[in-house]
Amino acid sequence: MEYFGEHLLPGYIGQFFTVLSFTASLLATIAFYKSWQQPDLSEASQQWKRLGRWAFAAETISVLAVFLTLFYIIYNHYFEYKYAWQHSSRDLPFEYLLSCYWEGQEGSFLLWSFWHCVLGWILIARSGKWEAGVMITISFAQACLATMLLGVYVFGQKIGTNPFSLLRSEGFLDNAPIMLNPETGQLRADYLSMIKDGQGLNTLLQNYWMVIHPPVLFLGFASTIVPFAYAMAGLIRKDHSWVTDSLSWGSFAAAALGVGIMMGAAWAYESLSFGGYWAWDPVENASLVPWLLLIAGLHTNLIYKHSGYSLKTTYLFYILSFVLVLYSTFLTRSGVLGDTSVHAFTGADMTGQLLAFVLVFFIPALILFFARSKSMPTINKEESTYSREFWMFIGAMVFMLSGLVIIAQTSTPVFNKIFGTKIAKPEDVEFAFNQVQIFVAIIVGLLTAITQYMKWKHTESAVVGKKLLVPTAIALVTSLCISLFGAIHYDKHGLGFLAAIHIAIFASVYAVVGNAMYIFSGLNGKWKVAGASVAHVGFGMVLVGILISSAKKDILSWNTTGISILKKDGPENPAENITLFKGVRTQMGKYHVTYERDTLNDKYDKKHFALKFENDSTGETFTLYPDVIKNNKGGEGFAANPDAKHYWHKDIFVYVTSWLEGDKEDTTKFTPVTLKAGDTTFYTNGLWFLNKVTVDTKGGKHQLEAGETAMLLDITVISKEGTYYKVNPGIAITADQQRFRVLQDSVVAQGLVFAFNKIADEKQGTLEIGVKESRRMTDLLTLKVLEFPFINILWLGIVVMTIGFGMSMAYRIRMKHRLKAV
Amino acid sequence: MKKTHIAALVLIAAAIVVLISYMGDVTTYETIASAKEKSGKTVTVIAKLQPGSLQYDPVKNPNHVAFTAVDTLGNTMPVAYYFEKPTDMEKSERIVLKGKMEDGVFQIRDKQGILLKCPSKYKDDMQKAGEKINETAQG
Repeated sequence: MEYFGEHLLPGYIGQFFTVLSFTASLLATIAFYKSWQQPDLSEASQQWKRLGRWAFAAETISVLAVFLTLFYIIYNHYFEYKYAWQHSSRDLPFEYLLSCYWEGQEGSFLLWSFWHCVLGWILIARSGKWEAGVMITISFAQACLATMLLGVYVFGQKIGTNPFSLLRSEGFLDNAPIMLNPETGQLRADYLSMIKDGQGLNTLLQNYWMVIHPPVLFLGFASTIVPFAYAMAGLIRKDHSWVTDSLSWGSFAAAALGVGIMMGAAWAYESLSFGGYWAWDPVENASLVPWLLLIAGLHTNLIYKHSGYSLKTTYLFYILSFVLVLYSTFLTRSGVLGDTSVHAFTGADMTGQLLAFVLVFFIPALILFFARSKSMPTINKEESTYSREFWMFIGAMVFMLSGLVIIAQTSTPVFNKIFGTKIAKPEDVEFAFNQVQIFVAIIVGLLTAITQYMKWKHTESAVVGKKLLVPTAIALVTSLCISLFGAIHYDKHGLGFLAAIHIAIFASVYAVVGNAMYIFSGLNGKWKVAGASVAHVGFGMVLVGILISSAKKDILSWNTTGISILKKDGPENPAENITLFKGVRTQMGKYHVTYERDTLNDKYDKKHFALKFENDSTGETFTLYPDVIKNNKGGEGFAANPDAKHYWHKDIFVYVTSWLEGDKEDTTKFTPVTLKAGDTTFYTNGLWFLNKVTVDTKGGKHQLEAGETAMLLDITVISKEGTYYKVNPGIAITADQQRFRVLQDSVVAQGLVFAFNKIADEKQGTLEIGVKESRRMTDLLTLKVLEFPFINILWLGIVVMTIGFGMSMAYRIRMKHRLKAV
Repeated sequence: MKKTHIAALVLIAAAIVVLISYMGDVTTYETIASAKEKSGKTVTVIAKLQPGSLQYDPVKNPNHVAFTAVDTLGNTMPVAYYFEKPTDMEKSERIVLKGKMEDGVFQIRDKQGILLKCPSKYKDDMQKAGEKINETAQG
């Protein structure tokens, strides 16, 4: 049967190249392996290598073709393809079409493949005699990634999901009767003309960080394969001389992965979907742990290169770092985290295939490692306690174990699956991680500060002490200043934890100061070789930024309207949201906030709110415009998108947690109630009573004109929820008692309006008060306002650290060329 | 034995101790019936929102959500959550609740104590996805 308007050619092209990509990368794997088995310059080795290159070229063309074809489909809104229909829509601007691309499982696998191709060609061009060796692993990884896109059934088991599958072959349309021909029950030939738009991109992902974060993160994931590939090539040949080349690659991978992770953190921070930049969510942990292992491997790699110790640990750490990248892929994409993560990456059921992806690398790597470990050179002489290698090794161990502890804690759902246990998340997730990792921060901070001052092999303790004197003193003074004047009183988890925070602040300041000074005192200001020190300064800044911003994070929207008498607000009952009524200036901590107006943007289904902030103490005023976007994928709901006021030393985040439109017309009338001071009466949601009647010339909250005297009623309203409000309706009388004005007063939160009508009976002292109850008088929203101090130290630290990695990478590459030249 | 080996062993031992003590912090998955038995202890319950039971009125209190949870065994419990109503809570197909039973009410005082699982429109529910296509095509 033919259908009108379908574009089937791109799909055929895409499928063809998917299959070609799989075959070509398998062929490349075999060819490079054959080449690596022969002596380097032998004819056979060269021939196999040439074949491998051709196969890898075919593989690269295939991956590019698949990549571009899929983008072509999305770009042209060919909704006959499920991928385009599922992830994109017509109204998205160009950059978000890229986000659509990586929103899906298939697109992100393609991104990963793409980076492997780029890295592969750099390796072919630059890695010299290691080319065939490293390309075995890269080509094999490409073959594995290609299977993720095959979408074929082998022995009843589905292998991969095909990004080019058609919407009509996925079964959705069978449930859409309008699409079916009423006579035959078949799909109508013109069904496509009825599909007007795709499902669109998840609202939370419509953020510029989501355009750039996935490519960088996947570059990081992809580049962890390079040190691993060198290690595998070395194991196969029992040749450990790759350790020089791996240093620059390790630095590159650490920088790319680190930046990728932190871009994700920046996204989480700005879209506030996790209430901050880091929440120890399983998905975040799964990407952090390979980075920790990679850093550990990079350090043991340096140790081996300079002292001959730690070869085995270097192998092990590089293997683990790559295998943990694969494991994190398994965790986040198999759906096993379903009940523990806010990211719901439940897609195609590929659990078995993803697990195989981990094991197909891990098991051979382990077997090779143990087979070769006997023959690896080791040094029997013990390291000096005053040597760089000793403390660097301890630091690397701490990093590695910290990573393994985090991944073990994150893996409880896997543990539950295997052993049938019922372990759920801890009571306080963040604290369960923080209470451990703060000690890691302390140890690593101290080691980062001190270790560089020790030389390889041995340094006299007196020399180390003397060199450390000044940095230690500066760090102590600086951190004491922060501790004493920084107002860090994070006592939610007891004094012990607060003390640990202060010690960790010292340790991280020490890391910054120690390494910054080392550039001058240890390296005599030679910036060319200062890459490591710069990276360490950046790392120290990251720690300082994390510690201060987390310990001082504050909620500004404490609900202070109407003080509850039934429930005590406090840590037990945090009351993080405040309700604002349109046009009503409301007290919120040290600010007064007014919900001034809102505007609806139909095109993007966005509603902007204008909120005016007035700081009571400084008099500063500013207006923020948070918005809500109609949640396209979920249906009727709205997703909040915050707005922020950035200062150099803090950020204030504002977001609308819910909003309601008021009743359009006010049809209710005043009901008269007669009572005297001390009497109580009821309304639908509680009670109110008249305390007393006062007469004054000031008028309280009402504006009085010259010569007027106000007669005010002092009324207390108590709602069923236990909140109480003061209202003061009254009348203003001119001096000659000829004219008077009614002064209404209202409790917007309860929809109550009071008017003082008249004195009912002067003798008995009864008054007539008009009461009006309207359910909702005005538009309202609930607001959450958070303050993050000194978060910029964290972001700046990342930048400095990345620069440091770049510097040391450049230095290593230069050194290698100098060696070649000699 | 070398110092580095001893140090490595000490650190590994510390890591194991940390993991064991972590096991003391974790909660367990419970049914509503067993959560009621373990009153006062923080537990995790996977349940559904009983249709029509959700109460959230930001006019009265923006920090109070009340609803009834029902689990697969059909037991129900009232739940109190002291934050804003999570977006799309009405449409969740499953809710992971972490809190403790106090006086017959399941109290959730941690913002992360509610995790919503919304149906994926494509895999889990082709029926609905199809209906939605139908709707948009007509409209």
